Amino acid sequence: METLSAVLVEPFVAIAEAPMFFFEVLIGGLLSGVMYALVALGFVLIFKASGVFNFAQGAMVLFAALFFVGFIDLGWPIWLSLVVTVGVMVLLALVIERAVLRPLVNQDPIILFMATIGITFFLDGFGQTLWGSDVRRLDIGIPDDPLIVAGLYVNQFDIYAAVICGLLVLGLALFFQFTPTGRALRAVADDHQAAMSVGVPLNVIWAIVWTVAGIVGLVAGIMWGAKLGVQFNLALIALKALPVLILGGFTSVPGAIVGGLIIGAGEKVAEVFWGEVLGGAIEDWFAYMLAMVFLLFRPQGLFGEKIIERV
Amino acid sequence: MIYRETGQFKTSYAADQAIFPIAQDRLGMLVILAVAFVAVPLMASDYWLTTILLPFVIYGLAALGLNILTGYAGQLSLGTGGFMACGAFAAYKLATAFPELHVLVVFALSGLITAAVGMLFGLPSLRIKGFYLAVATLAAQFFLLWLFNKVPWFTNYSSSGVISAPPLAIWGETYVTGFEATPRAKYLFALTVVTLLALAAKNMTRLKIGRAWMAIRDMDIAAEIIGIRPLATKLSAFAVSSFYCGVAGALWAFAYTGAVEALAFDINVSFRILFMIIIGGLGSILGSFLGAGFIVLLPIFLNNALLAMGMAEAVALASHLEFMIMGALIILFLIVEPHGLARLWQILKEKLRKWPFPY
Amino acid sequence: MMNRRQTLGLAAGAIAFGAMPLRLHAQENAQFIPSLVYRTGPYGPNGEPFANGAADYYTLINARDGGINGVEIVFEECDTQYNNDKGVECYERLKNKGPTGAAVFSPLSTGITYALIERARADKIPIFSMGYGRTDASYGAVFPHVFTAPATYWSQATSLIQYVAAQEGGLEALEGKKIALVYHDSAYGKEPIRTLEALAERFGYKLSLFPVAHPGLEQKATWLKVGRQVRPDWVLMWGWGVMNSTAIKEAAAVGFPMERFIGNWWSGSENDVTPAGDAAIGYKSANFHGAGATWPVHEDIFKHVYDAGKGAGKRERVGEVLYNRGVTNAMIVVEAIRTAQEIHGNKPLTGWQVRDGFENLDLSAERLTELGLADFMQPIKLSCEDHEGGGSVYVQQWDGKTWKRVSDWIPPMRDVVWPMIKESALAYAKEKGITPRSCT
Repeated sequence: METLSAVLVEPFVAIAEAPMFFFEVLIGGLLSGVMYALVALGFVLIFKASGVFNFAQGAMVLFAALFFVGFIDLGWPIWLSLVVTVGVMVLLALVIERAVLRPLVNQDPIILFMATIGITFFLDGFGQTLWGSDVRRLDIGIPDDPLIVAGLYVNQFDIYAAVICGLLVLGLALFFQFTPTGRALRAVADDHQAAMSVGVPLNVIWAIVWTVAGIVGLVAGIMWGAKLGVQFNLALIALKALPVLILGGFTSVPGAIVGGLIIGAGEKVAEVFWGEVLGGAIEDWFAYMLAMVFLLFRPQGLFGEKIIERV
Repeated sequence: MIYRETGQFKTSYAADQAIFPIAQDRLGMLVILAVAFVAVPLMASDYWLTTILLPFVIYGLAALGLNILTGYAGQLSLGTGGFMACGAFAAYKLATAFPELHVLVVFALSGLITAAVGMLFGLPSLRIKGFYLAVATLAAQFFLLWLFNKVPWFTNYSSSGVISAPPLAIWGETYVTGFEATPRAKYLFALTVVTLLALAAKNMTRLKIGRAWMAIRDMDIAAEIIGIRPLATKLSAFAVSSFYCGVAGALWAFAYTGAVEALAFDINVSFRILFMIIIGGLGSILGSFLGAGFIVLLPIFLNNALLAMGMAEAVALASHLEFMIMGALIILFLIVEPHGLARLWQILKEKLRKWPFPY
Repeated sequence: MMNRRQTLGLAAGAIAFGAMPLRLHAQENAQFIPSLVYRTGPYGPNGEPFANGAADYYTLINARDGGINGVEIVFEECDTQYNNDKGVECYERLKNKGPTGAAVFSPLSTGITYALIERARADKIPIFSMGYGRTDASYGAVFPHVFTAPATYWSQATSLIQYVAAQEGGLEALEGKKIALVYHDSAYGKEPIRTLEALAERFGYKLSLFPVAHPGLEQKATWLKVGRQVRPDWVLMWGWGVMNSTAIKEAAAVGFPMERFIGNWWSGSENDVTPAGDAAIGYKSANFHGAGATWPVHEDIFKHVYDAGKGAGKRERVGEVLYNRGVTNAMIVVEAIRTAQEIHGNKPLTGWQVRDGFENLDLSAERLTELGLADFMQPIKLSCEDHEGGGSVYVQQWDGKTWKRVSDWIPPMRDVVWPMIKESALAYAKEKGITPRSCT
């Protein structure tokens, strides 16, 4: 009885007693969710266009960040580092398309998934062979002192991150909507064979998609790197993106954003108000449980394409 | 020439339905078992037994468990580590609460407990499929580890949350777990358990239940139409698979490391076991073991090879190279044979049948 | 692309090659010291300077003194990647190397220490877990082969509470204060909880616990709660790796004063504060040895190791906190072997002989000065029963460039810690059926 009340009643009492604090947690959670969505976006782009569940997205985030910060440490100006790193990501996309995707075309999804795990190993090793495994500081000049807006505390860094993420999504949307390449990408996402029959070159499209995912990874890498320092652990944020991904659906860009917001807000509120009674550090599994509960009602994720099964 | 079934006539249904209908296969299997049970314990050094062969057989068992679920029943799972932890902690609680229980009973019960937990987490599989299910099983992975880490009852209120395996004897003073046990005893014990369970798995896949799993895997709607109950079939796959993983986890904690904390069964373990079955071959008993061998031996071999090539001074570089080579080899193997090592073996057997006159 | 046959051939060759006996060291008159390190993996950035410090010190002893009393040191690193399985594999691979086997193992990870304690007991090899691992293993009667000098987590917790009390104006002033512990949710992070709870009962402060899930990339919820709701007077942290820098950043973001935020000795290296930038200025941490490359031993390292081109790392990183910790670890091992040689003679020793050296180790202030480490750390004297020794720590503060010492050496409350260690060790002995040896 006591435990029941501790789980079902007291947290709500705590919320009612300190509504301002609740809103602070909620806003903090939503903003964290944006950071997760940033990583999840890369997964969605690739899954949409090629049906590959790209486990290497986390490694690509690390890889891009390592190159970027490595060039900066060599004394290059930021814009040059950025341009060269984008170049590196383009090269990486081309190599992956040529060396991994093309020989494995038409294989089971799980085989392709496994191949991306191979890519993960390779990139982790390669990036660190080149740049070492030290923690590198990445300062992009975003202040992180507390900011109080109308009595509510918000994290400045997260605001910047949210704005950058918004710009990124806007850019992607424009790219998909208004450029010929974007149209071709959407065509491939809708139907591979139909797209090929009207002359869309599949291999080129895949290389482009991986490039775009690489650039999204670079943005995520810069944001997360500025937050945590650039180091091996950046690759692990992929695990934070997975619940976002299933909640939003593998094939939907808006899904990744909305999923990120729900997961971010949900796990923070749960940790702060329910964490103590359950013993703390519940964030990780809570995110997955939350996603699973949503899935029980919509097995294809919130915005995923409806799965139609025929015999 | 050697591997040829000409002249082997089946005169009874029993002979026709044997696990190894070809005489050479039976002989080969007996030789492998003889080597594993007799030659290896006699020849291998303690280093090989404790750090290579023991984890190999235990990982093989866990991979077998996941292969039943993923390879035979088609339900992708990333919760293997969580289920192994469940087996390990169940065995620990049983062994410490009832010290008089026999070691085999402890292991069987911990497997059963894990099976029950596995069925619970298998329930969403009725609605959720494919990669969505994989990520949903991560909920099991994270939740179970958190639970064992958080609730002190599971670790008998140890201040650090580490359990250390009590010594259990198979008979008399012959200890097979804990630190009193010799590497040989632990290896033979693990090998026996694994062999028996592998035999059981082989037979299960040949029975009605195994055919039902495969029907669900190939197309669950079609299977439902021909009268296979998806609920019972999927849950039975989860239960059997979790039983295997649970026993593997118990062996891991009791026979291999001896002292574990919940974090030892983290998400990386789940991924490793998934690699094993994909590299080894989905839907193949042999593949589980081949994959386990590949994933366990390769890093150790690479590491030793790189060190032997004069990289002892550059441990970091050797480790990074190990990662890169491992990644590249995984991709290479998938390109060469996407259906795994077991398929390679099968192709080899087909070729052997005609060798040396391939016409 | 290779065809199938070539691939198979390669695999077969690989297996045959792997079965070859491992490379053996030829030196007869040499002491083999294994080094379990991690230069890769999630905690690689922290393992690297530690490994470099230890390697440089062993190289220095060989280059400057020609080994320990003429017995050359042969050391070999094995990369555990902070992974328990790999740690066990490394242990088994290295334990019988060299003419007399491994002298001592320093697992450099609490998890690996737990996995090795009973193995090493059976193999008769000592374990030197300096400032990590199993605290109750300091009780030498139950753990004759484990050494935790110079201090353990439980001792450290009492020292930190004393530091907090001193800042508040005495132990009585702790009454009613709020202290939070932010900890890595693992065997390592949970170590201090019992001690802090026992002290809370005694001094009347309120302890709140904030576990952070491995690896600790996301701590916003934790710090919102700490900084905006609980608002403790002091925060202690038991963190490791990326968790530390993230915690410092998040603490700054919620405006928690850095002067009241104290990490343990694994949460106070350059790697923890540099990624956080200016936000980390004022952050404090405990330490049990000096920071910076200002001791005579560092001059020797520059002269005999780096000038000779034999340095393990980068010259400018000599003297970082974790580098010095590696030096400390190697120095204590060398001194223990030296002590063992006084008992067993100047020749390569077995693990169990080295163990005798540890147990009779008397690292006095004079001896530390001779080693070029005056006031680098507190003297250590071990005995049959006490495998921890002094246990004093000091508090250091980050000023944006270097770690500055801001307190005196704070001895632990032995009266609180020692009975707990004994009780816990005896309970372990009972569970395992070990008869504690007599130490009188």
